[in-house]
Amino acid sequence: MSAGQVIFLLVGAVTLGSGIAAVNARKMLHAALWLVLSLLGVAFIFALLEASFFAVVQVLVYIGAIAILIIFAVMLSRSSLTDEGTQTNPRWWLAALGLLILFVGICAAILLWPKVTSIPAPLPASATDLATLGKELVNPNGYLVPFELSSILLLATLVGAIYTAVEKKEEIKK
Amino acid sequence: MAVIWQNILTFLQGVLRFIGDPITILNQWLTGVLSGWGANATLIQVILAILGGASLVLGGLFFTVFLIWLERKVGGRFQDRLGPNRVGPWGLFQPLADMVKIFTKEYITPTGADKIPYNLAPVLSVGAVLAVIAVIPFASTIFGVNINVGVVYLMAVGAIGELGIIMAGLGSNNKYALIAGFRAVANLISYEVPMVLVLLIPVMFSGSLGMNDIARSQNVWYIFLAPLSAAIFFIASIAENSRAPFDLIEADSELVAGFNVEYSGLKFGMFYVADFLHSATAALIFATLFLGGWRGPGAESIPILGFIYLSVKATVVYFLILHIRFTVPRFRIDQMMNFNWKFLTPLALVVLAATAVVDKAIPSNLTALRIGVNWIVNIAIWVAADRLVRVVAPKRVVPEVARPRPLARPPLANPPQAAAEHEPGGEA
Amino acid sequence: MIPLSWYLILAAALMGIGLYGVITRKNLVGALIGLELMLNSVNINLLAFWRYLHYAQPEMDGLVFVALAFVVAAAETAVGLALIISAYRSRKTVDVNEMNLLKG
Repeated sequence: MSAGQVIFLLVGAVTLGSGIAAVNARKMLHAALWLVLSLLGVAFIFALLEASFFAVVQVLVYIGAIAILIIFAVMLSRSSLTDEGTQTNPRWWLAALGLLILFVGICAAILLWPKVTSIPAPLPASATDLATLGKELVNPNGYLVPFELSSILLLATLVGAIYTAVEKKEEIKK
Repeated sequence: MAVIWQNILTFLQGVLRFIGDPITILNQWLTGVLSGWGANATLIQVILAILGGASLVLGGLFFTVFLIWLERKVGGRFQDRLGPNRVGPWGLFQPLADMVKIFTKEYITPTGADKIPYNLAPVLSVGAVLAVIAVIPFASTIFGVNINVGVVYLMAVGAIGELGIIMAGLGSNNKYALIAGFRAVANLISYEVPMVLVLLIPVMFSGSLGMNDIARSQNVWYIFLAPLSAAIFFIASIAENSRAPFDLIEADSELVAGFNVEYSGLKFGMFYVADFLHSATAALIFATLFLGGWRGPGAESIPILGFIYLSVKATVVYFLILHIRFTVPRFRIDQMMNFNWKFLTPLALVVLAATAVVDKAIPSNLTALRIGVNWIVNIAIWVAADRLVRVVAPKRVVPEVARPRPLARPPLANPPQAAAEHEPGGEA
Repeated sequence: MIPLSWYLILAAALMGIGLYGVITRKNLVGALIGLELMLNSVNINLLAFWRYLHYAQPEMDGLVFVALAFVVAAAETAVGLALIISAYRSRKTVDVNEMNLLKG
């Protein structure tokens, strides 16, 4: 077993373990913190895949923005959360069973696929060059349309989120 | 006799070479020693990387001791007092005495605290700041790593620091700490937006995300090419550090001490260290991105000169941060949010777009023209923004500043003036 | 080297965990946490396929998809949290079982 494999197994165990803790933690705040650990593990997985840019962006976007927003939402909706009693629906075991079967099925499908044993070719220097990615994103024959659409999506999100979350004047008066 | 002189001369030359470029020579020497002991190449690399990391971190931590002294001394002068002056010459050893005091204090964990976040928070905040040092190029050969995503890494690591503050606020089971946690989220997430936007400008000029490449490409300091974005970056980095005038996270007069109110002993000390180190790294980052980093005459061939240049530049920026801290009053939280979302962020967007157009329009070898046009564009944007702010949000004149309302005074049974008025009548 | 199957199985497990969270959590924020895990597992898969199967030419497809997935994830979280806060404001709860206004 090579050093890379050992690191992968450790990181994977941390990612999955904290993921399980994140969906099972009784206190929502703890769930959010476990989520942060899990996301950090995923960032390490990205680094193992030699996508260092996305490893860093993962930390920046997911931990720096999304996880902190989730913590914020937990704090804002805290008064209703006594964090007492069960936090899951009564038939959780049914979901767990179904998903376990699904997981086994996916694993079987993965392992039966012939290309699964493929060994990664050494990455060419152009593949890790961010300038190539950037040019591909604004290339009219490449991904220009999705790129521009995603910027429109972000703008729509900004407007929509503010409009949805802002306290209406009439509501304050009531 | 001549041989002895020759030996002395070569020795002196060696010393000079060592002073000029200590890291490379130390590296070569250690590699030689370790391979003499029979270690293989990978192991040597790992050992040297660990040694380098440890020396960077320890250097950062020891440097903090000096920073604390500097800040207290400068702060003292700003407030017309002497500052620490008892322990050692000019009070230089005061932080050491404070350290001893802090080490011997008792750790108190408040009742109902969330143990794991509460104890993890100081570690995270110090660790995040120390991790920043890894990508700062101190000289052409003295840097931790030159990863190709250095600038994004800076922002990502800052996010982990935020997490430390939030965990401290939430884990302490204290309402002041919780409010500080709320404010930390609002403050840090908001000011990240203009900061990232103007960070793109050095990246655009240099064509690289690596910190050392950005420093190396600055034939002209980027502050001359993009003065307005440098100013925005400076303001945003002060806000990210939650230094005064943006120190709403630990506003003493509102929140007792903010997010670290429940911490004692070394755990408090770690927040303290993180705070000071954070402003020092902010100064270093600003100097690297906008003031040419280690660039200067002779810095390419004699790396230690680059270190000196960077230190001088960073010290100037750090002094500016201190100057602002000790002379500007604190913002209100709504003012701070408005300032960011309604002024800084749109301004940063406009500056980014304008700079991109100018940068593309003028070839990079016409340096003087580039500087001139960039200055004209920047000044035009600033004037326009200033006029717009005055038109859209004119200064509201408050007709009545304050009415005397003696709230704290109990109602007097016999008001003095009334008594004085009534006295004649009483006599009559 | 690490075989491709390891990454795929890890992603599948993470997807299962996330889906479990989305299905079973009573709390809306909890459901959102599960959703984040699912999106991350998708990203792992995309990057793993990019790394292992891009073959000779420097294809950027995988990376571009991951970048767009990041954008969508950020947008989804922002809107989701805005909806949660809005729902909390009008119903004073974030429990999915108690949001039954449409029930006859």
